[in-house]
Amino acid sequence: MIKDLIKQLWKDKFARIALVVLGIIYFALFFADFIAPYTKDFSDRSMAYVPPSKIFTIDENGKLSKPYTYNYKREFDENNLKIIYGLDRTKKHYVKFFAQGEPYKFLGLIPMKRHFITTDGDGRLFLLGADINGRDVFSRILFGGRISMTIGFLALFVLFPIGLLYGGIAGYFGGKTDMIMMRFAEAVMSIPSFYLLIILASVLPSGMTSVQRFMLIVIILALIGWAGFARVVRGMVLSVKNQEFVQAAKSIGASHFRIITKHILPQTTSFVIVAMTLSVPSYILSESGLSFLGLGIQQPDASWGNMLKEAQEYTNIIYRPWLLTPGFLIFVAVLAFNLIGDTIRDILDPKSKVR
Amino acid sequence: MQILLYILKRILQTIPLLIIVSLISFFIIRLSPVDPLAELRLNPSVSKETLQAETQRLGLDRPIIVQYGKWAKSFVKGDLGVTSNGEKVSTKLAERIPNTLLLTIIVIFLSWVVGIPLGIVAAVNWKTPFDRILTVLTSIGMAIPSFFFAVLLLIFAVKTGWFPVGGLTSSNFADMSFSQKFLDITHHLILPVTVLFTLSLAGLQRQMRGNLLDVLDSDYVKFARAKGISEFKVIFKHALRNAVNPLITLLGFEFAGLLSGAALTEYVFQYPGLGRLILEAVLKSDINLVMASLMMGAVMLIAGNLIADILLIITDPRIRNGS
Repeated sequence: MIKDLIKQLWKDKFARIALVVLGIIYFALFFADFIAPYTKDFSDRSMAYVPPSKIFTIDENGKLSKPYTYNYKREFDENNLKIIYGLDRTKKHYVKFFAQGEPYKFLGLIPMKRHFITTDGDGRLFLLGADINGRDVFSRILFGGRISMTIGFLALFVLFPIGLLYGGIAGYFGGKTDMIMMRFAEAVMSIPSFYLLIILASVLPSGMTSVQRFMLIVIILALIGWAGFARVVRGMVLSVKNQEFVQAAKSIGASHFRIITKHILPQTTSFVIVAMTLSVPSYILSESGLSFLGLGIQQPDASWGNMLKEAQEYTNIIYRPWLLTPGFLIFVAVLAFNLIGDTIRDILDPKSKVR
Repeated sequence: MQILLYILKRILQTIPLLIIVSLISFFIIRLSPVDPLAELRLNPSVSKETLQAETQRLGLDRPIIVQYGKWAKSFVKGDLGVTSNGEKVSTKLAERIPNTLLLTIIVIFLSWVVGIPLGIVAAVNWKTPFDRILTVLTSIGMAIPSFFFAVLLLIFAVKTGWFPVGGLTSSNFADMSFSQKFLDITHHLILPVTVLFTLSLAGLQRQMRGNLLDVLDSDYVKFARAKGISEFKVIFKHALRNAVNPLITLLGFEFAGLLSGAALTEYVFQYPGLGRLILEAVLKSDINLVMASLMMGAVMLIAGNLIADILLIITDPRIRNGS
């Protein structure tokens, strides 16, 4: 069934583009260590806020040359009282491919030095400029994307079993159990989700390692969404629980737990797939919103949301527009997920006409 | 009479809901390792007596259940405590809630006025270039992160100088005449409304389009067409009423989504609303304020759902005469 679904997705023009875009993004994120010219924490304070490196392929004599770049140097313009960034034309830095650069551990395991693109030791290749600490925005986008683009999926993997089981139990037993469980779920849904998100995030103690923080944010995101999901599952369980196959399972003495998990919940599979693809973007948006406010992923770790935190200052967004790139990436990723979600809905429900 | 009874029943049902909401919020906040009175203690303008009174009122030396009981008791009496600056929470809320309501109500109103017709037009012209363009536009509208859009609009405001950068009123607001005040607020509202409107319009247009397409497929519409009723009448007299009903149910959810979206937008635009208040309160770990604004958020959300339910009874005779 999943195979069929993917085949049909591929047939759709928009969905195919979306799949390819997401494929490229995830590929780049997977090989982030290798593709990025610098490591996540590499910083050169003298290079704070430098604009994107200019790459030249024609040298000063008008001849074709190997691609090279110049470093930026900061100068203080006394007439206008502002810092200007000029090119330091004294030394050429050639752009090198598959060359040695900053050491890193590929996927955190294999120590390596080669980078897809880099330049010589004292040259600085900042393809998308640098942030306030002189860190390479392009490299950080790759590393930050790893967090932003996976956190939603992880939250879903935490949330779905909870929602399934909760809705399953409430629907199966019915009566008082159902009443109490559903009132609780409704109460959770009655708190505006973003308010709840902020509050849960603020409860997190400071001084956690970045891995702990990441995991806890996953759990918090999951805590927001389970209730709505559980409610829909309950509705579906109500509609199947009196069918013959359930009665048959009961009559041969299967336990309640077994009936719920083995016989009833599998009936909801197609709904689960749709719900999952449809809710990934909202988790990506929640995480970036949370990090944007400074309550999610914290420095020095990068996520697309917390990179945009710098865009909160007017001077930054006007003079340093390259700091906005993560926002466009969030937009592209969410758009792609939405397109795929719409198409899946059309495929699974032939009556639906999303597009 | 029956309707009134139903409404009364629904209102009564919200009470246990609010109690559970307050329990959940209270325990989440108490789970945090932060001392709720830390700021109050550090603030030299807060007297020892106030501090004592607050400790007493919150019962901080007691077990957590007793603390909740105390909080609930004073909440019911309407006493929400003081913020960490020593201001009354209730005045702070009274100042902020109308602003958030103003923002969300304008957005809901505009998105219905624009979104419903656009949905109808798209459904009627299903699969024409016009419909496709609208679908692309709404896809884009749904994918822009609200805070990012807000930041982009801020750049626009700063660069052109056409719009004020943040806030709800200008600094000389107090000296203005009524009409000037009105214009000033409108001027400040344009950008935040644009952000939220874009988000909510996109969703609403799609829903309306989908619903109407479903209804246009149904037998009774085919029958109406077969009878030779004009297409205009078929759509506006027969199909539309059924297509709008699910949207009314969604109104409640829309309200919830707007409250959440508004929090980020308010933050970027420095808009003095409930969302920004709760954010400031959270960052300062101002427990009284967080608790109160969380409850107010929940009350607004539940009220939104209630209004949607009541509207549904009025528009849908099946519910009115049924159960």
